[in-house]
Amino acid sequence: MKRYAPYIIVVLLALLPFSGLSTYMMHIIILMIMWSVIGMAWNLLGGYCGQVSFGHAAFFGVGAYTAGILYFKLGISAWWGIPLSVVVLALEALVIGFICLRLRGPFFALATLAMGEVLRVTAENLRDFTQGTLGILIKERTWVEKTWYYYIILAIAVLTYIVVKKIIESKLGYYFVAIREDQDAAESLGINTTLYKTIALVISAVLTGLAGAFYTNYMGYIDPEVVFALHDISIITIMIVMVGGVATYWGPVVGAGIMVVLAEWIRSLPRIGTAHQTLFGVLLILIIIFLPNGVVGDFSKIKRALGFGRKV
Amino acid sequence: MDAVAIEVFLQTLISGLLLGGLYALIGIGMTLIMGVMKIINLAHGELMMVAMYMAYWLFVLFHIDPYISVFIVAPVMFFFGMAIQRFLINPVLRVESILPENQVILTVGIGMVLANLATLFFTSDYRSTPVKYASDAWYLSDYWRDSPIELSLSVPWTVSFTISVVITVALWFFLTKTDTGKSIRATAQDLEAAMLMGVNVERMRLVTFGLGAALVGAAGCLFIPIYYLYPALGGRFTLIAFVITILGGLGSTVGAIIGGLILGVFESMTATYVGMGWAPVGRFLIFIAALIFLPGGVASLLRSRRLGK
Repeated sequence: MKRYAPYIIVVLLALLPFSGLSTYMMHIIILMIMWSVIGMAWNLLGGYCGQVSFGHAAFFGVGAYTAGILYFKLGISAWWGIPLSVVVLALEALVIGFICLRLRGPFFALATLAMGEVLRVTAENLRDFTQGTLGILIKERTWVEKTWYYYIILAIAVLTYIVVKKIIESKLGYYFVAIREDQDAAESLGINTTLYKTIALVISAVLTGLAGAFYTNYMGYIDPEVVFALHDISIITIMIVMVGGVATYWGPVVGAGIMVVLAEWIRSLPRIGTAHQTLFGVLLILIIIFLPNGVVGDFSKIKRALGFGRKV
Repeated sequence: MDAVAIEVFLQTLISGLLLGGLYALIGIGMTLIMGVMKIINLAHGELMMVAMYMAYWLFVLFHIDPYISVFIVAPVMFFFGMAIQRFLINPVLRVESILPENQVILTVGIGMVLANLATLFFTSDYRSTPVKYASDAWYLSDYWRDSPIELSLSVPWTVSFTISVVITVALWFFLTKTDTGKSIRATAQDLEAAMLMGVNVERMRLVTFGLGAALVGAAGCLFIPIYYLYPALGGRFTLIAFVITILGGLGSTVGAIIGGLILGVFESMTATYVGMGWAPVGRFLIFIAALIFLPGGVASLLRSRRLGK
């Protein structure tokens, strides 16, 4: 049963648009899937390889702007941004990796955070190229219906899942975990840590960039404050993985579901809506203290706390 | 170069140095915490924001000059910092998890809560304290009648800079001459050895976090007469503090001072010669350059000099 679970879930998800959900519900589900993609991508680098990035907005934003600039400057459909962003993101990740991967642990984290901020400020100031803070508006929407957007992001998500799973089950995955557990030991065993960290970063960046390019097409409007946002992109990405479960296949998906629903729910509350960051922050603090391995990672702990499962 | 160009250059240099002195104070707080706790406090800028709001309200409600409120705000921040360390960071140090970066992410959470609460209570309006001396300045021509160039020295900037130098010197005395200060340095150098020598490491952590918060709190009070205040300002200063610590060398106090000055000068140079909006990019360029060419920061230069002798 457990072996077939991913296939069953994919089939069920593929049938979802036929169940007659409202447009709003479809929007929420599309967001959830998009965030799971970003979460899975982050998890590959942060969860498995142990390189905690605080700057995934740098990749998301560049992906989004690749699509946006194609449309705005060259007049080509923004959908071409999805294949093109693979190339752009791979190059970007190589440059960022060259600079940041020489740092370890928290210092890597902060260096990536700085990268995200550099790109945001650059996008704000390069007005001729990006329109600065005005942002880029995609005037023609490809579809009014959400169904096709849904299938596209679902395809990206399935692809991401397969890529992550294949990598983690291969030799590469063992290298990643070895680097996470002890970089010096991995190095002394003959693992070229710089090379493998760079591989993890490039794949993670490309997958995040795909989500970014999709975002441009789906939302139809981007500006630097939104796609390079520190809290609303980079930190939320980390939260999704933390809440769901670091270094688990389904953690980011569960986390994305929880966070998107939570965000929508909190924003809809009267008055408390503006406090969503406080509540997110408190949630983050509680998760770190009580469920350090997330909902999926600490599932047995939750079951025990609720009175199910075996008593130890 | 004609006189005007020299004038602009010197004026930029002066304002950069003044700004750098204040940056140094922020950087020292962060570098202390990093040295002792081995974690990066990503709520550092937010702590400064909290301190600035305190100074702001002290000024508005009780008409206490921001320079005097340093003595009120810094102790309050000291206890605030200790409380954060005691009730939030300490429990996480004991939790086992896959990622050791948990503590850093925790400070991000704390920062988010502080910034958002400030927005809720004080709205996101830009505020500033209308002190009387805000636009006063000393002019070179007042003292030297026929000077070929004209330079000015803003009063609040200079006073802030001087106070920050005084605080830094006081801190230096505390760290090198007192028992507690020496214990803090011992903990930073080697945790286990310090423990074996009978240093109460747990308490040193509390004191260090408190001290870091107090320093950045003092910096907040010094910034308030010359800067404006809004809830989202914290994130920006967290980054500045981090850039300074990387520039200066991790955990090095002297490095943080030099790093702060370099950053201040560099930023004001970019603002003058490239454009205001680019100043943050200049900040990160110097950060990236430091990472590539001088990964140990200024501290590593100092050390290699000393070994060379």
